[in-house]
Amino acid sequence: MESQDFIFLAGLLKTQSGLALTMDKTYLLNSRLQPVAEQYGLKTISELIARMRATLTPQLRQDVVEAMTTNETSFFRDVKPFEHLKDHVLPELLERRKQRRQLRILCAAASSGQEPYSIAMLMAEQSARLAGWNVEILGIDLDTRILKRAEEGVYSQFEVQRGLPVQMMVKYFDERPNQTWAIKPQIRKMVRYRQCNLLHPFADLGQFDIIFCRNVLIYFDHPTKRDVLDRLDGQLARDGFLFLGGAETVIDVTQRFVSSLHRGAYTPRPATETVRAVA
Amino acid sequence: MSVCLVVDDSRVIRKLAIRMLNDLEIETCEARNGAEALKHCMTAMPDIILLDWNMPILDGMGFLKRLRAMKVPVQPKVLFCTTESEFTRISAAIAEGADEYIMKPFDEDVLASKLRLIDAI
Repeated sequence: MESQDFIFLAGLLKTQSGLALTMDKTYLLNSRLQPVAEQYGLKTISELIARMRATLTPQLRQDVVEAMTTNETSFFRDVKPFEHLKDHVLPELLERRKQRRQLRILCAAASSGQEPYSIAMLMAEQSARLAGWNVEILGIDLDTRILKRAEEGVYSQFEVQRGLPVQMMVKYFDERPNQTWAIKPQIRKMVRYRQCNLLHPFADLGQFDIIFCRNVLIYFDHPTKRDVLDRLDGQLARDGFLFLGGAETVIDVTQRFVSSLHRGAYTPRPATETVRAVA
Repeated sequence: MSVCLVVDDSRVIRKLAIRMLNDLEIETCEARNGAEALKHCMTAMPDIILLDWNMPILDGMGFLKRLRAMKVPVQPKVLFCTTESEFTRISAAIAEGADEYIMKPFDEDVLASKLRLIDAI
């Protein structure tokens, strides 16, 4: 790939999705953009880039950005965050919110829905404690195509076998033709989805008690990480919790969060200090 | 190190599963059907059993029923690993005491994920 083409694409991805593309990821461009080129009737990625330089329609821009977005996910990914949520964070918030009886949870990179549905199943397992509560789970993602998959909630045999205990699979999924499994309507209805780019203002999403923003920041450069985290702080209740991915941290990125007592989660830093987060 | 008994009438599947398990630092032994597996369990009970459903002489469900009836200090974790992927079959396996269930075809990711779920790795 010509260096000016790489610079053009890297610039586009940075401004549109925050993805910090480095030269060592050139192979990703080749494998992911070739299908987009073919979709537009073009033979090579060079031709695709020439088309983009000539007439970059919103649809073409979106197709390229979505093709470059990593959607790796699984049910109950990394296990521990969900154990912390169930064993520590949820009991704490249920006590603090017992008057209002409302919880709002944001999944800030919902991908194909495995994370928000994992949270929904976890909540369903706590249905006795949550009787009379209003629990809202909102999944957002940049990629509209992946959100459509999330809304459908239909997964391949491989996908339902990664991270999902079989007992939960038979309890919360229906068998479908062609070795696929559909999340049951009662769980699907617990989650709403909305297209949202973390680089853009998202204050209209409202305030949340728990934010999952896992395995997203790793793709951003340092200033973008700080910007996103600082704005997530604005959407998190002062006694709320932020969950990041295993390879992500707030340390040396922002002062707005501090590690909570629950490993892997952060809380907003108390006003008497400066900011807060959960790890 | 945990020991896993791989029970499958297919030599290819046994070989594949043993390689994956060894990669995950799990020791292995093997049996070609449920009857062979029962004999094995009577002399040396493994920690984990990766169990096919359809086998000659004694099938996976028959083996599981007999295994769960055995009076032993610690029952092994049993993961079915089979082409039987219908909801009713999976539910029946859980009811008989299977700890996890792998639908074939499977890969190392799926096997590792299921082993994590039963705290075997």
